[in-house]
Amino acid sequence: MTTTLKDHGPFALLGLIGAGALGVIATANGEQVSALWMVLAAVSVHLIAYRYYSRFLAGRVFGLDGGRQTPAHLKNDGLDYVPTNRYVLFGHHFAAIAGAGPLVGPVLAAQMGYLPGMLWILAGVVLAGAVQDFIILFISMRRDGRSLGELIRMEMGNAAGTVALFGAFMIMVIILAVLALIVVRALAESPWGLFTVAATVPLALFMGVYGRYLRPGKIAEVSIIGLIGLVLAIVYGQAIAESAVWGPMFTLTPIQLCWVLIGYGAVASVMPVWLLLAPRDYLSTFLKIGAVLALAIGLIILAPPLKMPALTKFADGSGPVWSGTLFPFLFITIACGAVSGFHALISSGTTPKLIDTETDARFIGYGAMLMESFVAIMALAGASILDPGIYFTMNAPAAVVGTTAESAAAAVTAMGFPIDAATITRTAGEMGEKTIISRTGGAPTLAVAMAEIFSGLFGGLAMKAFWYHFAILFEALFILTAVDAGTRAGRFMLQDLLSLAVPSFKDSTALWPGFVATGLCVSAWGFFLYQGVTDPLGGINTLWPLFGISNQMLAAVALMLGVAVLFKMKKQRFAWVAIVPAAWLVLCTVTAGGLKLFSADPKVGFLSHATKFGDALARGEVLAPAKSLSDMERIVFNDHVDAALCVLFLSVVLAMIFFTVRTCMAALRDGKVTTAETLAVPA
Amino acid sequence: MRLWTVLRDSARLMVGVPRYDVYVAHMAERHPGEVVMSYPEFFRNRQDARYGGGASKGISRCC
Repeated sequence: MTTTLKDHGPFALLGLIGAGALGVIATANGEQVSALWMVLAAVSVHLIAYRYYSRFLAGRVFGLDGGRQTPAHLKNDGLDYVPTNRYVLFGHHFAAIAGAGPLVGPVLAAQMGYLPGMLWILAGVVLAGAVQDFIILFISMRRDGRSLGELIRMEMGNAAGTVALFGAFMIMVIILAVLALIVVRALAESPWGLFTVAATVPLALFMGVYGRYLRPGKIAEVSIIGLIGLVLAIVYGQAIAESAVWGPMFTLTPIQLCWVLIGYGAVASVMPVWLLLAPRDYLSTFLKIGAVLALAIGLIILAPPLKMPALTKFADGSGPVWSGTLFPFLFITIACGAVSGFHALISSGTTPKLIDTETDARFIGYGAMLMESFVAIMALAGASILDPGIYFTMNAPAAVVGTTAESAAAAVTAMGFPIDAATITRTAGEMGEKTIISRTGGAPTLAVAMAEIFSGLFGGLAMKAFWYHFAILFEALFILTAVDAGTRAGRFMLQDLLSLAVPSFKDSTALWPGFVATGLCVSAWGFFLYQGVTDPLGGINTLWPLFGISNQMLAAVALMLGVAVLFKMKKQRFAWVAIVPAAWLVLCTVTAGGLKLFSADPKVGFLSHATKFGDALARGEVLAPAKSLSDMERIVFNDHVDAALCVLFLSVVLAMIFFTVRTCMAALRDGKVTTAETLAVPA
Repeated sequence: MRLWTVLRDSARLMVGVPRYDVYVAHMAERHPGEVVMSYPEFFRNRQDARYGGGASKGISRCC
């Protein structure tokens, strides 16, 4: 009795606190509540889920066995396979899964109010996201730390592996395009922002040479040098932006910036890794961890009130930030933070090769994803502490709010979020920017929120512009690292796929296959980036749902692998732990994909949009926002490409359902355990 | 393990560099007589392993 109380008592208390916090938030009824309640509710849910659900998964479902050797021991080589302290590995794994996704998605989702996003982040992570990361880590750990593609091939057959690899490549293309688009939206017409980000290139080159030749392997030294360089770049960025000579040089239009990024991606991804990618990775990794910690501390100390309503009228799908109703579009808009298919690649990457004992997989696989979900909650809180008038001014497309403070104030006030032109101009001035109108993509909004929080902690009004550009720099930096690393990863994936047709592509060290594959990869994401940049509705409206659909689809594929493996382990009675989230994700992605294809509303459906513009084109009319007949042609063409992509994603997910069912049926017919696990070796 | 060691090792592993002393100890125990990489060599080896390979080997971070 006393042990029961000791064991469950604290969690019962947590349950009460969490329920109380959720109650405060849900019943606020138009009154502003503190962001602290949101943080408190999230932490309670996370801790309770970790204590009970992850324990159930680890024990009853997976049967983690501390007495069984992990790949780190079996294949120990002191390099790739090393038994690693669980806390050290937790940090490594968290840094690898956390990126721009959990920061941007929740900011975009805030247009429906903070409550729907918050509930999905919490329910999603507990039942889907963390389960996915954990189950893939478990599966990979039992198979020498193999990658997702290899695991699917081993357990579900070659065809399934190829389909999944192809799907992963297309997701990579969309992710790179959407990330690059976020950078374009944040840095266009912002000389201060662009200068600081551009300054990181020579800075990284210097750090690269320093870390390679001057003081090899001194990570701390080189990172501190980099950090000082970054601060100087932000400080001098203001003077550069105001300079009559330099200011205009760093003021680029979105289209110019788009070409700069495409060029950067092509060049950076074929440079030696130690020269640019590695030092940039140090900066972005450490800055990210630091910024996340600072954000958490700031939210807790300042406890700012949530100014966004819990639920806005845009839950019906009429919102300006992105189109579509709450179901299914909220569930694909917040991808990372609730559930992210990309993590399946990380959980089957370096982490499973470093686990010391099997039981650590629970803390690392399930626990790190809870942490990422907490980051998403903070981003959602950040977007929600802003005046909703500012939020919609920044996130609505220029086609809706125009380009002047007066037009934006009028349009946003008409939406039901009163704001005056002077407030818009003053906020832009405080951030050190000429304009904040229609800075879509989520990153600038989060930067304004971070500037509010950080300046509240340190520096006050005088430091706001500094913190804004610090936040932009931090987001742009790790997005550019992702663009660079992603182009490389995409190149290798493409070489793998092309080698199925042309075997000479297999050699990843040969020069020309590398150049061809890099060129194809950059052209692919560059195409979507250009399309997004020239899209009069801002591009996010088109690309983010495609990204969400593809990312959630990969998560569904990873969970389906989990289902297949549980059936093969003869644990089908527990397979619901993966079937339920997989089914939910399939439902969301297939519905969303179907709507993106066939919805009669041209704001949602690609085909009806193409028909609308195609018909006008046939009549020789030019529909706003197109300015010429060639614009019209391009819009129709882009719609068809996007529709084809949707069909492709839907086909991948349907094919994977077929492979999963086939594998499970075969496993049921067989009387014995049929998994391809590595033989157990007692520790 | 002391907090500082955990933080330091974790920061290093975040950018792909595991503990050098563990590698040296491993080589001494399991592969006596074989050539052991110096720290700069070890660092370069880990850097190339982290960033040079395919999607599963290199970093493939996005979200």
